[in-house]
Amino acid sequence: MFIFRRLVNTFSRSKLHEEIDAEIQSHVEMRMADNVAAGMSPEQARRDALIRFGSRMVMRERITAADAATALDAVWRDLRYAARQLRRSPTFTVSALVTLILGIGANVIVFSVLNALVLRPLDVPRPAGLYNVVHQQHGYDNHSYPDYLDFQSKNSTFSDMAAYRVQSAGLSTRDAAYKCWYYRVSGNYFDMLGVQPEHGRLFHASDEHGPNSAPYIVLSHGFWRKHFNSDLGVIGTRVDVNKHPFTVIGVAPAAFHGADLFLWPDFWMPVVDSPDDEGAGFLSNRGMHNIWILGKLKPDVTPYQATDNLNAIARELARENPAADTLSARLVKPGLLGDQLGDPARSFLAGIMLLAFLVLVAACTNLGSLFAARTADSSRELAIRLAIGSSRWHVLRQLLAESVLISVLGGALGTLFSTILLNALTRWQPFPEFPVHVAVSPDARVYSVALLLSIGSGIVWGLLPARQIWATDSAQLMKSGAAETLVFRPFTLRDLLLGIQITLCTLLVTSSFVALRGMQRSLHAPMGFEPAGVLLAETDLHMGGHDDASIGQIRKLMLEEVSRTPGVTSVGIIDETPLGTGGSSTFIYRMGTTDFRASNSAFGAKYFSISPGYLEAAGTHLLGGRDFTWHDDANAPNVAIINETFAHAMFGNTSPLGQRFALGKKFSYEIVGVVENGKYEALTETPWAAVFFPLEQNPDSDTSLMVRSALPPAEIVPEVRRALAQIDPSLPFVFHTWPEALALVLFPARVATATLGVMGLLAAMLAVTGVFGMAMYSVSKRMKEFGIRVALGAEAAQLMRSALGRPLILLLSGSLAGLLLGVMASRLLAQIVYEATPRDPLVLAGVLVTMALLGFLTTWIPAQRALGVQPARLLREE
Amino acid sequence: MARNDLQGTLDLLVLKTLSQMGELHGYGIVLHIQRASEELLSVEEGSLYPALHRMEMSGWIRSEWKVTDTNRKAKYYRLTPAGQQELQKAEESFAQLVKGVRAILRYA
Repeated sequence: MFIFRRLVNTFSRSKLHEEIDAEIQSHVEMRMADNVAAGMSPEQARRDALIRFGSRMVMRERITAADAATALDAVWRDLRYAARQLRRSPTFTVSALVTLILGIGANVIVFSVLNALVLRPLDVPRPAGLYNVVHQQHGYDNHSYPDYLDFQSKNSTFSDMAAYRVQSAGLSTRDAAYKCWYYRVSGNYFDMLGVQPEHGRLFHASDEHGPNSAPYIVLSHGFWRKHFNSDLGVIGTRVDVNKHPFTVIGVAPAAFHGADLFLWPDFWMPVVDSPDDEGAGFLSNRGMHNIWILGKLKPDVTPYQATDNLNAIARELARENPAADTLSARLVKPGLLGDQLGDPARSFLAGIMLLAFLVLVAACTNLGSLFAARTADSSRELAIRLAIGSSRWHVLRQLLAESVLISVLGGALGTLFSTILLNALTRWQPFPEFPVHVAVSPDARVYSVALLLSIGSGIVWGLLPARQIWATDSAQLMKSGAAETLVFRPFTLRDLLLGIQITLCTLLVTSSFVALRGMQRSLHAPMGFEPAGVLLAETDLHMGGHDDASIGQIRKLMLEEVSRTPGVTSVGIIDETPLGTGGSSTFIYRMGTTDFRASNSAFGAKYFSISPGYLEAAGTHLLGGRDFTWHDDANAPNVAIINETFAHAMFGNTSPLGQRFALGKKFSYEIVGVVENGKYEALTETPWAAVFFPLEQNPDSDTSLMVRSALPPAEIVPEVRRALAQIDPSLPFVFHTWPEALALVLFPARVATATLGVMGLLAAMLAVTGVFGMAMYSVSKRMKEFGIRVALGAEAAQLMRSALGRPLILLLSGSLAGLLLGVMASRLLAQIVYEATPRDPLVLAGVLVTMALLGFLTTWIPAQRALGVQPARLLREE
Repeated sequence: MARNDLQGTLDLLVLKTLSQMGELHGYGIVLHIQRASEELLSVEEGSLYPALHRMEMSGWIRSEWKVTDTNRKAKYYRLTPAGQQELQKAEESFAQLVKGVRAILRYA
């Protein structure tokens, strides 16, 4: 109640004044009336009544003083005073604002991304206790469907466990056909995540009765809106997925897009259903690891208990079942495709967050130095205020009000700009052919962190001049003037802060150079193929309704037609484009192995199916032996081409040609060729063993046609399209050049490089302003001294040494420390960017040149000023 | 030792007046103190209103605009329970002060 009145009083001072006036007025009138009654003349009565009060203004101030004593009002006055101060020095205000907008904005952006990708729980109705189950070994994320079934039925620690995999297919209605990405999910998937249908219904565990028992699909809200115009009539109708009939039973809510943060699939299908012939095989094959397991822990179970539980099941399964003897379990936070994206994304984001924070710290030290310099300039005013009775705490509070006010303002603007940027990022779809969105819009947590950072940084840089205030001896100061306070001590806090800033800047500059060079190198890295000049035409033959029997024939036709097209130098087919989205691996066994369990294998290898001519079209060099021919078909003996790593791992230095290896009891292969090593999944991967089989012996409906041609893509695409349409006009092809397709693999490295570049630029800007500010300030304060020196005959070099010695020492030592740190930080970067190494003369030279340029830039103008000193004029002035 | 000063004495006078008279405006308080002290004490208007305002902020008294017998608008003050307690304390503290001053006077 009284607190409330205080608040009201504080914010409506004029109203309070009115009330006081009215009260005094009524008092005066009553006194006048009594005076008149006692026999005074009206004029006398009035004078007497007024005199008793004295000055009404003083009266009013004395009454309101009771309120002004409250802290709130004092804070309000401090803020108003601060605003006045800031208005009076616009240069300082603007430079502080810009610095803060950059510093806080960078933090808000990075924190938003960190929040969206790592901190925030999955955007599903019931996110608590959700974990992906991956293998113990890092990088092995998928399990087989039978393993999933065993985990699901035997565990005692999960309330439920769902399986899903991501695939692409052609979806066609009567009028149109689309290439789609979709999830094949176990029946309990929606129920476990707590998803309710937006329209129609979803499928449940009770819909599953073995393979192909539930031919239903649930559309995503976005797909339904975009391609069905939000028509409710679509529910219950038939659509074809890869020419197999499915019924649309419902539409998922708009916000729901599964358990992966980036992927926005077009529809969901029960895992037991398959739109192609290959599809059902994995349901019973323990060797095919292509299932993501998502489990929901029971309320009181810890992840450790659950991991132990699952691993106990895995050991038990391994005893019974040789194919499961490498089974293991580890829980990871869902959303980033297990370790694949999760490991590098988490460490990179943590690193960038640290850097962003350091940039803000650098910004604060800059502002602190500026502020301290300003406070030093007004130290005389300060001394007067202290002398006439202002408390040190009061002065400090006013300085803090100034710094916090501007910080909050800068923080608000910075947050505004970053929100705009983040929303644009959220709308952005980096790859037109993939349903990828990076949803990073800020939420309440981001805003509160922004506020916290703003206030915190305001306090930090506002407190830097505090030592000055505490040390102010007012009597001394007023006697001798401001110059006396500027005795240069050997090393001050300000110098240290500046040194840290330069270190930080060098670290960031080094990192961005390392990343940039790595990016550049990765474009020219030995990938085991030559992407330049290759056009890809990708399709899945099952989408055209072709069965495995007719696939071979169609492919042969395609190759013949396309190779006849003018301008085409060579053409070939591979089932999965290397460095694309797919890729499978298999266990390789030595000949003579009798017990084909996973732990008896020699190693794991990537495998591909290729047509004759693929190696030439892809630009993969054959190191020995021969390419496949059309005679390597189903009736001929099994043959294979291996890469160097494979050859070395199995045969050492002896020639592998003519040797054999096994994949299983009945499958042994003769090696007919050896090719160079390549990159198959990621540019940063360590060399994998790889094996290529002839398409005729190892058919697969996925088809990636590689067309090498000297013609530009714009000319060759229509030709190839026409040639392919002659064979099957209904087959949907996706055309792009191979370098374009590689954008996906290069994406993380590009993001890393861009981020580091921006951060480096920010840090460089801050360092420039910091060093420049300091050099400029110290020169301007010592102009008189320089004038005397010059008058006494000092040389330019001597003058320079005294004027710029300190900034230069700071620059040099800071750069050195930053370079060292940058070298150490590159190890982290190497996870994301191909061959990120600082041991590169270009990187080192680049950093040194940048820092030298920076040094030159920051000291040139101050040096000119110091050199241009005119002793006669300066000495005359004072 | 009793904390006391002139301001404390003014507070005591105002609180006591309000506790005896119930509800009173500022001018009424001035008149009452003058009359009740048989013209010995006179409260300065310049000190009374800041004191009233401060006491109101402290929650000892509450105010309300009303119309006087002579049909004038005036702000009337009355004691709150907290003010009642404060009055008791102030009276005790004043008694201590008087005792102390008396002792010194006797000694002299």
